[in-house]
Amino acid sequence: MIPVKSLIPRQGKNPNLRLIQVGGMAFRVNTRVMLLVGMGITTLFLLGAWGLTLGSFRLPLDAIAKALKGVGSRDADFIVLDLRLPRLLAAMMVGPMFAMSGAIFQGLIRNPLVSPDIIGINTGASLAAVFWIVTRQPVSLLPVAAFTGALMAAASIYVLTWRGRISGARLILVGIGVNALLSATTTWLILRLPIDHASAAVLWMVGTLYGSDWVDVLVLASALAVLAPLGIGLMWSLGVLQFGDLTARSLGMPLERTRLALIVVGCALSGVAVSVAGPVGFVAFMVPHLARMLAGPMTGGVFALAGVVGGVLLLGADLVSQHAFPLSLPVGVVTAALGAPYFLFLLYQTHARM
Amino acid sequence: MAITQSVPHSPPTTRWAAARFVGLLLVAGALATVVLMSLRIGSIDITNADAYNALFHYSSDSYEQTVVRTLRLPRTVIGLGVGAALAVAGAAMQAATRNPLAEPSLLGVNSGAAFAVVTAVYLGHLTHPLQYVWFAFGGALGASVLVYVIGSVGSGGATPLKLALAGVIVSAQLGSWLTALLLLNKQTLDVVRFWLAGSLAGRDLAVFSSVLPFLVLGVGGMVMLGNQLNILSLGEDAALSLGMRTGRMRAMVALLVVLMAGASVAAAGPISFVGLAVPHLVRALVGPDYRWVLPFCVLVGPLLLLGADIAGRVAARPSELQVGIVTALVGAPFLIALARHRQVADL
Repeated sequence: MIPVKSLIPRQGKNPNLRLIQVGGMAFRVNTRVMLLVGMGITTLFLLGAWGLTLGSFRLPLDAIAKALKGVGSRDADFIVLDLRLPRLLAAMMVGPMFAMSGAIFQGLIRNPLVSPDIIGINTGASLAAVFWIVTRQPVSLLPVAAFTGALMAAASIYVLTWRGRISGARLILVGIGVNALLSATTTWLILRLPIDHASAAVLWMVGTLYGSDWVDVLVLASALAVLAPLGIGLMWSLGVLQFGDLTARSLGMPLERTRLALIVVGCALSGVAVSVAGPVGFVAFMVPHLARMLAGPMTGGVFALAGVVGGVLLLGADLVSQHAFPLSLPVGVVTAALGAPYFLFLLYQTHARM
Repeated sequence: MAITQSVPHSPPTTRWAAARFVGLLLVAGALATVVLMSLRIGSIDITNADAYNALFHYSSDSYEQTVVRTLRLPRTVIGLGVGAALAVAGAAMQAATRNPLAEPSLLGVNSGAAFAVVTAVYLGHLTHPLQYVWFAFGGALGASVLVYVIGSVGSGGATPLKLALAGVIVSAQLGSWLTALLLLNKQTLDVVRFWLAGSLAGRDLAVFSSVLPFLVLGVGGMVMLGNQLNILSLGEDAALSLGMRTGRMRAMVALLVVLMAGASVAAAGPISFVGLAVPHLVRALVGPDYRWVLPFCVLVGPLLLLGADIAGRVAARPSELQVGIVTALVGAPFLIALARHRQVADL
């Protein structure tokens, strides 16, 4: 465990903090974090613009600009508007969702080595999604199914860990067990498919943005528009939870209701992201660490920063996976190649006994 | 861990030994029954007489006998070997690392072997198991060393939780690379996807016989080291003061574990949780003495694995459930129960 100190807002004067008043409400805004978020968004757009030019059909930037206005050549319009742009936007939004759900679960469990993909939340979502696909249910409800799966996985982990109280170490081990159980069931479902479907399912299980379309983008955008503000709003409560149950309760926090809200938002973020891109590994684990390294303890602003960093990371990883190798790989392979060594490094660095 | 729960009011040694010996015979009887069931039960049911004749008076005219001889017998034999190897490997790892969660699949050994095999098949176009079994050993060795080193550095040493996390992550990493390899080649995927789920079905006895020497060496060697495992499981200091060269003994145990895990993965694909569950069950049955635990593991491992295999055949008739999936479905709850029941993280 990292010391709790570093997870909670620092006390005392911080030169970057400004108080902003809007009508009757006042907000404390960290200008440094805002600056970082702005820089992140700029990077995201530059990377996106560059990403639009890449591909087997090379397009210069001005052709891209024309195509975006809809006045380019027919080929360029099709390639940019129907193929590259939706995938790009999907990557830009899937990344933030995984990153934010990771930040929520790391805070809830108070262990920085935990993420929804290790303890089985993402696996729950993908099991539900695979089940949904195999049984040929309406595709439009896929995100809802994945969300339900994530929620059920979280609920079973919570119930199975509960013995009077929730112990962090027990939760991780129970989570690993639940993860194994769910992934075995998923494997079984996939094995029942004919080989051409199985290949697609295996691809999806590593996490890929291949074939993302405008419907996916719409789903992601609407989910993100609801969930990101909710998450930012809940970060203050998450900060208070870091003090421990007793302190949080004596500060007047409705403990179980707050936890439930955080779990639901975290599961919704991970469920919707999984329903579009599959369980892309390690983004949820890695990005909150990067955001904390850049900007300090997790607050609403840092949470937003984690989202932006997640977008940059996933978009970058997706571009690498598409263009850096002779064959295009699923993006999950690239994020795992980045994330697993980083995880092992963190584990290596963990000095406190766990 | 087992050593802390040594029986306070154990009966006189000779009677206790006799009781355990009778227990061993009972388990052997149960195993014989399961073997017979494994020959008989499946998408077509076969009579005792046909099963017996197929083994001892085989005539290729009889359809039933051919089924037994060519399909059921190989998977039963493989189940016997692999089940024993996985259970003994799990017990040895739990003793040598003093970690109740140690197990070939949980600590990444299986996925290391699987990754190495698939890589070798993909890059080297190796087809014969005798060629790729060495890669299975290499992968198993590499992954287990990696997991152990990463899990044990830092001030806390190798705690069960750190080892488990390191194992999960190394497995995830290898798994995603392996998937990338498979996606590059659909043919490999079609061949390997059933193997990767862990299955006893459709395996050639020739494959098994090529890894059999390694299995026998690993299991046999380990069973003879029961006393040494007892001493190792007392902890580093106690073992040293009893005059054991712990470094050499640990290396020996590691070598045998790699032999057993690598050979089982080569024969049947990665099968999880047998190595975790069986030693715990056996210790609950016969106490913490590894001179008894290991022989019991040799019998209970196949009992469980063949039982799971039969359950998989019955559960989804006329098709079947791969045994690796059944063991995960049975074994994962076992892990959860273990995490709930004991103060595992405090060990």
